[in-house]
Amino acid sequence: MNQKHQEDLSHIRSMMERSSRFISLSGLSGVFAGLSALIGGLYAYQLVDRVDGEYFYANSISYKEDLISQLFFIAMLILFFALSFGIFFTIRKSRKYNLPIWTVATKKMLVNLAIPLLVGGVFCLALLYHGFFVLLAPTTLLFYGLALINAEKYTFSDIKYLGFCELILGCISLFYVGSGLVFWIIGFGVLHILYGLIVFKKYK
Amino acid sequence: MGIIDKLNKDFESRVRLGIMSILMVNDWVDFTEMKALLNITDGNLASHSSALEKGDYIEIKKEFVGKKPKTSYRVTNLGRVSFVSHLNSLEKLFKTK
Repeated sequence: MNQKHQEDLSHIRSMMERSSRFISLSGLSGVFAGLSALIGGLYAYQLVDRVDGEYFYANSISYKEDLISQLFFIAMLILFFALSFGIFFTIRKSRKYNLPIWTVATKKMLVNLAIPLLVGGVFCLALLYHGFFVLLAPTTLLFYGLALINAEKYTFSDIKYLGFCELILGCISLFYVGSGLVFWIIGFGVLHILYGLIVFKKYK
Repeated sequence: MGIIDKLNKDFESRVRLGIMSILMVNDWVDFTEMKALLNITDGNLASHSSALEKGDYIEIKKEFVGKKPKTSYRVTNLGRVSFVSHLNSLEKLFKTK
């Protein structure tokens, strides 16, 4: 009798969690997204270093048109790889644990994540348009942090700690505008890898 | 053994517990998603959900999306109150043991 009630309770708990949160996100997605950002960021760093001598120098007018488009291309590549790895590991995990992927919880999570990200994206395009390149790194960190905290209700709540770290980093980087790329590499590369490893161990 | 009597007989089956749990933390949930979450057959879900509807614990909405019929479920106020008290009795059962 007791055994049955115990199982009932754990069944209730798991159904509530399964149906309201997106739990197929694998820690490995974080690790590989972080690696993409790390490799891409370091490549961009040495590219800027080579072309300009002094990377992300506060005097943004010195940027050349083709350097900007090259950096933009690298950024898109990083985004592509990070997303692909994310989707790949999510599908793998949900197959392994037999979890449905495209649920209401998933859609809610994506919408909540997308709102700050899209606004941030438009903001960044405007910064590019006006030539405020030095503010790009802090802006991406800040909007990404806000997006993670916004999506926290619909997935593992650990994600909000990553969000807070991105926000702190973004705020600090606002005052060191010359070193934006370094902060960006820490925020999107190192933090993602750390977060991914922690989550991977915790929910294995 | 007064405590055991308070456990709601209508929530006894695993499937019904599942349906109620899912509806407690979501608004409308449709048939396909409910089926996938609980990992049960069409007939099984249909019979248990109509039993819960008969008890006024859940609400069933049937509509057409294009030409396809779509069935969705939502918990009623009575369902919410009954399920919470069912959970409380389950919990009490463990405390007294």
